[in-house]
Amino acid sequence: MTELMRGIGVGTGSAAGPVARMAPPAPLPAPRAVTDPAAEAAAVRAALGAVVTGLEERAARTSGTGAEVLAAQAMMAADPVLADRAAELAEQGTDGAHALTTAFDGFRAELTAAGGYFAERAPDLADLRDRAVAQLLGLPVPGLPDPGHPYVLVADDLAPADTALLDPERVLALVTVHGGPTSHTAILAKALGVPAVVGCAEALGLADGRLVLVHGADGLVEPDPAPEAVERATARERRRRELLAGFRGPGRTADGHPVALLVNLGAPHELAGAAAADAEGVGLFRTEFLFLDRAEAPGPAEQAAAYRQVFAAFAGRRVVVRTLDAGADKPLPFATAADEPNPALGVRGLRTAARDPQLLETQLAAIAEAARDSTAQVWVMAPMVSVPREAAAFAARVRAHGLPTAGAMIEVPAAALRTDRLAESCDFFSVGTNDLAQYAFAADRTLGSLAELLDPWQPALLELVATAAASAAAQGRPIGVCGEAAGDPALALVLVGLGITSLSAAPASLPEVRAALAAHTLAQCRALAELALRADDADTARGQVRSSMSAR
Amino acid sequence: MHSIQVTVGSSSGLHARPASMFVQASARQPVKVTVGRPGQPPVDARSLLSVLALAARHGEVLELTASGDGAEDALKALADLLATDLDAAA
Repeated sequence: MTELMRGIGVGTGSAAGPVARMAPPAPLPAPRAVTDPAAEAAAVRAALGAVVTGLEERAARTSGTGAEVLAAQAMMAADPVLADRAAELAEQGTDGAHALTTAFDGFRAELTAAGGYFAERAPDLADLRDRAVAQLLGLPVPGLPDPGHPYVLVADDLAPADTALLDPERVLALVTVHGGPTSHTAILAKALGVPAVVGCAEALGLADGRLVLVHGADGLVEPDPAPEAVERATARERRRRELLAGFRGPGRTADGHPVALLVNLGAPHELAGAAAADAEGVGLFRTEFLFLDRAEAPGPAEQAAAYRQVFAAFAGRRVVVRTLDAGADKPLPFATAADEPNPALGVRGLRTAARDPQLLETQLAAIAEAARDSTAQVWVMAPMVSVPREAAAFAARVRAHGLPTAGAMIEVPAAALRTDRLAESCDFFSVGTNDLAQYAFAADRTLGSLAELLDPWQPALLELVATAAASAAAQGRPIGVCGEAAGDPALALVLVGLGITSLSAAPASLPEVRAALAAHTLAQCRALAELALRADDADTARGQVRSSMSAR
Repeated sequence: MHSIQVTVGSSSGLHARPASMFVQASARQPVKVTVGRPGQPPVDARSLLSVLALAARHGEVLELTASGDGAEDALKALADLLATDLDAAA
């Protein structure tokens, strides 16, 4: 029996499988004297050719977005000018590894300088360069492994670029050495619906092919598990999935209290999956994707076309559109100032509309136009509302465009405390727990070192949610939570107990939230909420609520 | 030597799918075609990386150049493609 490895667990499932490691890029060796330049040039071309073939083979075995990403990468690696430049350097006496690096880095610099969408391809070139160099040197090719069978992926950490390429059919679980509960790996694992253990330093020592059992709920990795342990975990996982599959349709507690279950949507490639999910609509449609990496804001026609696609996919269902949330971690050249010392506390979200009213006007006009010929129930809300006057001005502008339902995000403590006043102009509210935690705890949400303060189980954060929910209920206004917190089944029960009326999360999180709701009455949710509010800290709140939940 | 000027029709510019479609179409032509901004050094139209590095945005004018048998037809075909909004085309 080997030692258990400990990390931070993500998800509630367990999975067993052989380890496949993500190989790190090989360091570039010292320059080497070339004795046969022609052979060196041929080796450079052969390495590029092998990278292209490898990518094309993988693209053929993959489907959807992943296949497109792989095909695009193959096309870049097959670039004739790139091959000519690298081969020419080799013919002039540069060794193959350096010739490839120089050729790739030249294009990488050009794309970076081009900015915008074009600069987004620069990291792909770094990845292709590492692959080509590894190929030339006869080293393992870096990047996602492809052992040809389902595996447990072990990596230092995963980057957003790896996301599209992970095949959910092949990846049984994720284990990373770095990363915390809100790292990209954790978000990815939730989206894929696979268990993960992140921040597991000991995972460094796991070799390819070694059998491990990954427990998402406990954050444990068990190397060389006994066959009985694997069997037990597999049986439990099967029961869990059967149980989840047994619940369908609108969210409700055991005693029939309705809680709308909605999905978050932030990019066009998520639309098909989001629309196919068993959900009552979109609880948070982030519109930033239309505006990022552009020199100027998109025009009304382009915006309306994008909104129309979403409304069509959700015909007959609710779509809560959040207007542009620029600033802080999402700076936009045409909307935000570059010289603010504290961008998270600066002109961001709805505040940009005070400086540039036309930006919001154009967006509202485009939303209204797209909503006109759709059966979706389009609700529109503003990010970063602080005082009732802002909410009232926003709601008036929304209604002036013929959009009947206007609301506000509750992410500034001032807004949470005065939700009753905001309700005079707003039809609904949506709590953004990540920003609300950042502002309530004076803790920068991008700092991993402050993760404890940003824990959504912090009783003070829950108290702000309770205050806002009570005010909303008193005025008869629905109030939802969108964000990671809504996708945690235990925390979802607490939120419902606090008076939250809808939960919006990643599609893969919804089945467990639905099952947890169905197993608890509203009174039980309220009791769990009371436990969490009374706890001294986030860990105690989490622990007490989890151990008090009805056994499933 | 033939050349033709054309306005980029794709709404997100000559990027991603529009760029790949253009490069693939260029590779199918019987003659070598170059593309660039009028008056500036052009690049090989079969090179995706060079075409991306042009960073040509929606509404910009590009010049296509080719010589030899079939050059005119090749330029016409590629110019038509460039003028189309390839982001919108399914």
